[in-house]
Amino acid sequence: MTVSVRPKTRFTELSARERAAALLDSGTFRELIGPFERLESPHLEPQGVVPACDDGVVVARGDIGDQRAVVLAIEGLFQGGGIGEVSGAKIAGALELALRDAERGHPVRPVLLLETGGIRLQEANLGLLAIAEIHAAIVALRSHVPVVGVVAGMVGCFGGMAIAAGLCSHLVMTREGRLGLNGPQVIEQEAGVAELDSEDRRLVWETIGGDQRVATGMADALVEDDVAAIAGAVRIAFETAVPAEHRSAQVGFYEARLAGIDASEPLDGPALRTLWRDEGVGR
Amino acid sequence: MSRGRTWFEALAGATLDGEPASVLCADGTVGDERTRFLTVVPNAEAKFTRARGGELGLEEGWTLARHVREAVAVDDDGDRRALVAVVDVPGQPYGHREELLGLHLALAAAVDAYATARLAGHPVVALAVGQAISGAFLAHGMQANRILALEDPGVTVQVMSKRSTARVTRRSVDELDKIAEEVPATAYDVASFARLGALHRLIEGVDAAEPDAEHVETVRDALAEAITSARHDDSTDLSGRLASPEARRHRSASLRVRERLAEEWTG
Repeated sequence: MTVSVRPKTRFTELSARERAAALLDSGTFRELIGPFERLESPHLEPQGVVPACDDGVVVARGDIGDQRAVVLAIEGLFQGGGIGEVSGAKIAGALELALRDAERGHPVRPVLLLETGGIRLQEANLGLLAIAEIHAAIVALRSHVPVVGVVAGMVGCFGGMAIAAGLCSHLVMTREGRLGLNGPQVIEQEAGVAELDSEDRRLVWETIGGDQRVATGMADALVEDDVAAIAGAVRIAFETAVPAEHRSAQVGFYEARLAGIDASEPLDGPALRTLWRDEGVGR
Repeated sequence: MSRGRTWFEALAGATLDGEPASVLCADGTVGDERTRFLTVVPNAEAKFTRARGGELGLEEGWTLARHVREAVAVDDDGDRRALVAVVDVPGQPYGHREELLGLHLALAAAVDAYATARLAGHPVVALAVGQAISGAFLAHGMQANRILALEDPGVTVQVMSKRSTARVTRRSVDELDKIAEEVPATAYDVASFARLGALHRLIEGVDAAEPDAEHVETVRDALAEAITSARHDDSTDLSGRLASPEARRHRSASLRVRERLAEEWTG
């Protein structure tokens, strides 16, 4: 299948399939378990949900910077990018094959395009198991080759897949992208509007938006919502060495950061940037 | 007393308080195996107030990571102790401050530490004695080589509390229960979770809330068997979860996807 992308396009306007193609070297895109194989979720129809022929995840092989690559692109428009049995197995299974290749001395560059609310509630524990397998594969794989995550928007990256983002070697975000464990609406619902007003866009983005995450060291590169900019940032990420200590392994560093927080005082995004910058504990 | 603390004290033989007080860690033995026990318990004084009810929050994630990584580093000479995660976690805290300070990363830190320990050759065993919910279970339990659970009505495995799921999906609790009868993956009871094939063993006949000495011995024996089984397993990944007869039946799509990917991988 040929997927062509116009230059100077907003990345967030692209479908998952187009996003994957946009990151791969021109003409190298090849989809695995493509939509014509119709490997759908068997669990949705009985619950009154129309399934998708790719279950909302595109697995694409190809090259990035002339090196073999695999891009795992979640379609945020299908069920909010929720991870079910099939979509989760596509991601975990591809990462496991990339690991096998890396262990045989043939590294494959893995990219995760993270647009997801987390586990798909209709598939519940099947999604939970799949996400644990995704986590396991990322940790094993990233000692061989950097695992690069992209949170471009518009869904953002939440739940168990936000944990997966936390495990990545290198995270690329746009200003539109959001990264957090619990989504703002869930927090408002569970803890009340006084805890977080999910409709206050400025507050939400100052808390979990791409600009804030990069400024506080929880993501690595802030890029424009532009195809060339994001593709470029991903290439640069692969030219960087595997981090000596991944972010999720920097225990002393983050324990010190948390120890410096006075939990009796109010805290917002701008104040946290100042605090962590002044403490000299930014990355 | 929380179930986590009950089982931690019974198995580790320790009654110490942790720092922070929500994470208990002690070294003991299971049979001949040196074993580090870890659990998360409620802490009414917790610095981050949304994690006072036993939730796995910022401090808990990073502290678990510290204790697990310490064992990995100290045992670098090759004699790698077992790690037992006693699981009784109602979920993760919901809060603005939690998200701002990187709750997803704190949970990733615990995931990373347990996975790193497993890959390094530590037998990692999770023992579900109470709730095993969502991100908290991903961070504390799901990276184990072997998962054990007590068959008890209070042992539940799910991705969100029933109350929250009802609100998010705009369904009543009764409706959710009805769906769960048809779709085991959406059920809360541990027997339904066992049907998905990821459990090494479901331990029957044990009072999970108030165990007597005999119950503790039953669990100790099960832990010893799980540790031995992990020691003798050549693989340190999670592939065993898909190899079980239950998984072949109830996770057949997970297996089919992997088969197809392998066929198409090199083109």
